Formats: sequence, structure tokens, C-alpha cells
Amino acid sequence: MEPKNPKLDAAANAQAYWRENVKLLGVLLAIWFAVSFGAGILFVDTLNAVQIGGFKLGFWFAQQGSIIVFVILIFVYAARMRVIEKRFGVSEEAE
Amino acid sequence: MDAQLLTTIFVGLSFALYIGIAIWSRAGSTSEFYVAGGHVHPIANGMATAADWMSAASFISMAGIIAFAGYDASVYLMGWTGGYVLLALLLAPYLRKFGQFTVPDFIGERYYSKTARIVAVICLIVVSFTYIAGQMRGVGVVFSRFLEMPIEWGVITGMGVVFFYAVLGGMKGITYTQVAQYCVLIFAYLVPAVFISILITGNPIPQLGLGSNVTGETVSVLEKLDGALIDLGFTAFTAGSKSTIDVFAITLALMVGTAGLPHVIVRFFTVPKVSDARKSAGYALVFIALLYTTAPAVGAFARLNFIDSVNEKPYAEAPGWVKSWEDIGLIAWTDKNSDGVVQYASGGAIEGPPDYTGERGASGERLLANVKTASRNEIFVDQDIMVLANPEIAALPAWVIALVAAGGVAAALSTAAGLLLVISSAISHDLLKRTFRPQITEKTELMAARGAAAAAILVAGYLGINPPGFVAQVVALAFGLAAASLFPAILMGIFFKGVNREGAVAGMIAGLVFTLSYIVYFKSPWFGAVNTADQWLFGISPEGIGAVGMALNFVVALTVARFTSATPAEVRAMVDDIRMPAAR
Repeated sequence: MEPKNPKLDAAANAQAYWRENVKLLGVLLAIWFAVSFGAGILFVDTLNAVQIGGFKLGFWFAQQGSIIVFVILIFVYAARMRVIEKRFGVSEEAE
Repeated sequence: MDAQLLTTIFVGLSFALYIGIAIWSRAGSTSEFYVAGGHVHPIANGMATAADWMSAASFISMAGIIAFAGYDASVYLMGWTGGYVLLALLLAPYLRKFGQFTVPDFIGERYYSKTARIVAVICLIVVSFTYIAGQMRGVGVVFSRFLEMPIEWGVITGMGVVFFYAVLGGMKGITYTQVAQYCVLIFAYLVPAVFISILITGNPIPQLGLGSNVTGETVSVLEKLDGALIDLGFTAFTAGSKSTIDVFAITLALMVGTAGLPHVIVRFFTVPKVSDARKSAGYALVFIALLYTTAPAVGAFARLNFIDSVNEKPYAEAPGWVKSWEDIGLIAWTDKNSDGVVQYASGGAIEGPPDYTGERGASGERLLANVKTASRNEIFVDQDIMVLANPEIAALPAWVIALVAAGGVAAALSTAAGLLLVISSAISHDLLKRTFRPQITEKTELMAARGAAAAAILVAGYLGINPPGFVAQVVALAFGLAAASLFPAILMGIFFKGVNREGAVAGMIAGLVFTLSYIVYFKSPWFGAVNTADQWLFGISPEGIGAVGMALNFVVALTVARFTSATPAEVRAMVDDIRMPAAR
């Protein structure tokens, strides 16, 4: 399958695809860091002042919330990459 | 039927199932033996990865650690799950595209060097053997407690079953037995958790039960536990006692170590496509999260139940499970104030592990020869018993107890099998085929792989029966070494084209030597080092030092690579190729 934008040659297309991928990785890893090292460790005492249901919020992030966010992050990555691969014509399904 | 007969039946049935699967899925080629032919469905691979990953430690010990450490145990919960994000985003898809059989394969080819491959094999073998000794021990503990069999015979039985399906089926056999083992272990974990959550809070979902009010009271489980612990002189369950920097470093080392463990990485070589590798990591984490988000609830319920059932109760009237765990040496009681009543409080009850004199005291307890501590606390409890004892503590039916035993065995066997496979393929593929005997045929290589698996099982069994006290203490070693050696080498291999052979080898060796020396210095008895916070580098414990080792690896590799010859053009082209999902 031809790349959507014919002006780009294969190497430039590959480079642009890789930049998109790295940008997405940056965003998702920032969230990964924020929920675990941020909410669960560095700011745990501050967040523990907030009580939701029977949970202190910082403790909840450390033992439940971060794990749930991790799962979501991986599925978001898999889904976004499918879109990006199609856009740059490098998807495995496109062959 | 009594619990022991039921346990025999449950464990026996699960073994028959695993062996049946092994016969059905025999491996016929090296590709099937190493990576199940690359035909595993992403959901099946997710389940297999979850079983592979969740060991005897996750199943048996983790809730116990949480029960007694509270917030401090968060490092394991976040560390052992957050690593999957790194794996799914940074490693798995590219390694799948690379499409070879082992982790040293990638490192050897990417850094065009037999030295790099052999350094990777050494890291892999140290990491995997450290890990496997604990698994065999786990099987032995379950057998001895529930089937009243000596630990040695438990280990030998476990070895026999793993031998059968790992040697015969290779990765293909292991994958499908792991799928079955996941189902057994998650069912065994969730059933008692749901029962106990209903008993304590009325909420059937343990994750929510943890924050729900205790039945008939106006405080939540966590609040009640915090209060009870503070009354007994402990720190609150939701508060920590470790320094922030140490918690940070341990969590990072465990996350990165998880992503760098060869037996986990290699599971992503078995799916058909790059996109499957991403999805499969997501499914794996869903299956893992089911257990890992339940564990804090199980831990908190267990601690509450434990306090309720022993504190300020006469020992002579203690429930049956207290006596049966005392019989195998995992609970001990010393009546410090001679009132016949159990006092539970902060601080150890005795110096060191229980040393029974062989005589019985006034309340029927096994007398101890240990030095008593100054603490009011009279009861010693090994935290590993919490999950196994939980159904008994909550007075659940006998079949639940039998189920938990089968689940514990499944968790230990599935992890042991995955570890054995990476050890055997590192020997037959990386050392023989790729390094020392490249002329061997596929058939000989397959035979060598089976032989190596058999030999590895014998070594693992020996370690399970005679656990070296020092190695048992250093599970941190496995994660620390994986974090400091393998993970950075793989990551830079994909994301930094400029890192060359010299950089990678220097980085791996620096990370490995630094981390190994630090852990051995503080954890072994040989140097007389005091393992306390004021002695540690930057206040980071040996458990967390892998994070520093990892940083050192990156710095050394990038610096050395700057001053040595550039990466060859064909290797750069290979990196370009693994970055693209579609074959060009």
C-alpha cells in the first residue's frame, strides 16, 4: 500500500512515523509516572488528606488506582498505534 | 470429606490436566520449543504471561506482605505491574518484529558481538536461577502443609510434573499449561477473597470491600484497621515507614526489572504479529491486575481477622489453624506474662525464627528456646501463611482450602516452567548453536534444549530442597540485575542507534558488577556490613539499588559509545527495520 502522502519518500515517511510514535510514548509515560511515582509516592501524604469512600486517595493510587491506569495506558497505546500505522501506511494488516 | 482428601483430589486433578495438555501440545521443531511456533493468540498469551509472571511469591506471599507492611508494600504492587507499561510501550513490539528466539539473540545481533551475547546469557542465568529456587520451595511448602508430606517429597513431585511438560512440550507445552494454570490460580485466589469480603463488609467485590464499611459499624475496613493497629502500637496500615527516596528507588527497580526479566520478555516472541505483542501485554496486565488489586483487600481482611481471632484470647481456646501452623513451625507463642492469654503488639516476640524445645507449656503451646524481646508481643507469625491460612481463619468450607492449595501449586509450577525454558534455550540456542557449535543440526539443537531443560530442573529441585539461605534473601537480586543489565541494553538497542558494541558491553558489565556488589556487600554475611539506612548509598536499600545500576548502565554505555567506532550501517538498517511494524 502507498503512503497516504505521496510527497514523502519511504525513509522520510519512516522517520515521521517514528517521531509520532515517540511523541505518543512521551505522553503515555508521563501519565505512567504521574499516577505511580507522583500520586502514589511523592505526593501521597498530600493526597491522603482527601478521602473518597473509605479510601485515602494517595493510598488508593498506590495500591489500586495506579494499576488500573496502567492497564488503560497499554490499551490506549495499542489502539492509537493502529491509527498511526494506518496513517503512515506501515500497518501489518495493510499488506 | 476432609480438607486433606479434597486437597489431594484437587491437586491430583490439576496435575492430570497439565500432563494431558503437555501430551496434546508436544513440540516438534526448535521454533515450537523456543517460541511455540509464533502462533499463540494474544489473549492466550496474556493468560500464559500472567501465570508465568505470578509466582509462588505473588500467590502465597504478597497478600501476607501487604497485611503486615500496609502502605510500604505498595512498592510491589506498583513495581510488579508498572513494568508491563514499559514492556508494552518500549520493548515487546520491537522484539517481536526482530523475530528471533531469545533475549541474548537480540543483544548479540544488535550489538554484533559474541561477547555481548555471552554477557546477556550470564545475566539471564543468574536472574533465572535466583528466581526458580523460590518457586520449588513454594511447591514444597504447599505440599507439606496441606498434604502433610515432607517438603522434599513435595519438591520432587513438582519437579516430576514440570519435567514432563517442559521437556516434552517446550514453549508450546508450557504456554497451554500456563493458560490452564492461570485459570486455576485466579479462581483459587478470588473465591476466598469474595467470601471474606462478603463476611466482613457485605460487598462481594474485594476491591470495593476494602473501602466499604465493616458490617454493622460506621467505619471502613481501612479506618478500622488503622485504628486497631495504632492501639496495638503499630504504625497505621495506610502510612509508610520507609523513606520516600527508597520507596521511589525500589518501585523503579522493580518496574524496570520486571520489564527486563527474560522469561517474561520471551513470551512476547510467541504471538503472530507486532500489534498482537502490544495487545497481549495489555491482556497480560488485565489478568495480573485481577489478582494484584485483590491482594490489598485480602491483606487488610487477613490482618483484621488475625487480630480479632488471637489478640487477648486464651491460647488453649485458639482456633485450629493456629495449632496446625504452629505444628509446622510458622506460628509460635510465648506466654511472657504467664496469663494464658495471647497478647499481640508491635515488635517481634522473640529473637530470630522459632526454636522449639520439643516440650509443651501449660496452655498446650510448643515451648521455645529463643531469647524473648522486651516487646509486649507474644506471638510470632510467618507472614507467608496469610493467604494459605485465610480460608481457615475465615472458617470457609474445606473445598475452598483445597482450591487454594491447588492454586498455590499452579502459581509456583507455571513460573518455574517459564524460567526453565529460558535457561534451557539460552544454553542450547545461544551458547551451543550461536556461539560454540554452530554446525549442529536442528534435531541436535532440539535434543540439547531438552537435555538442558532436564538438567536445569535437577539444579532447581536441589535448590528447592536445600535453599541457600543467602539466595533466599536476595530475590531483589533477580530484579536488580535485570534492571541494571538487560533492560538498558535492550532499550538502547531499539531507541538509540548510536549505542555500539563497546558501549553496550561496558554498560551491561558496569550495571551488573555495581548492582551485584552492592547487594552482596549488604546482604551476604561475608563483609560484616550493617544493612541500615545510614550506611546505604543515597539512602537506597539493596532492594532499590537496581535503579542506580540502571542509570549507571545508561551513562557508561552512552559515554563509551561516543568515543568508540560508530555502529555499522547494516546494524543501523536492522534497527530501522525493527522500528517498522510492516516488513519492508
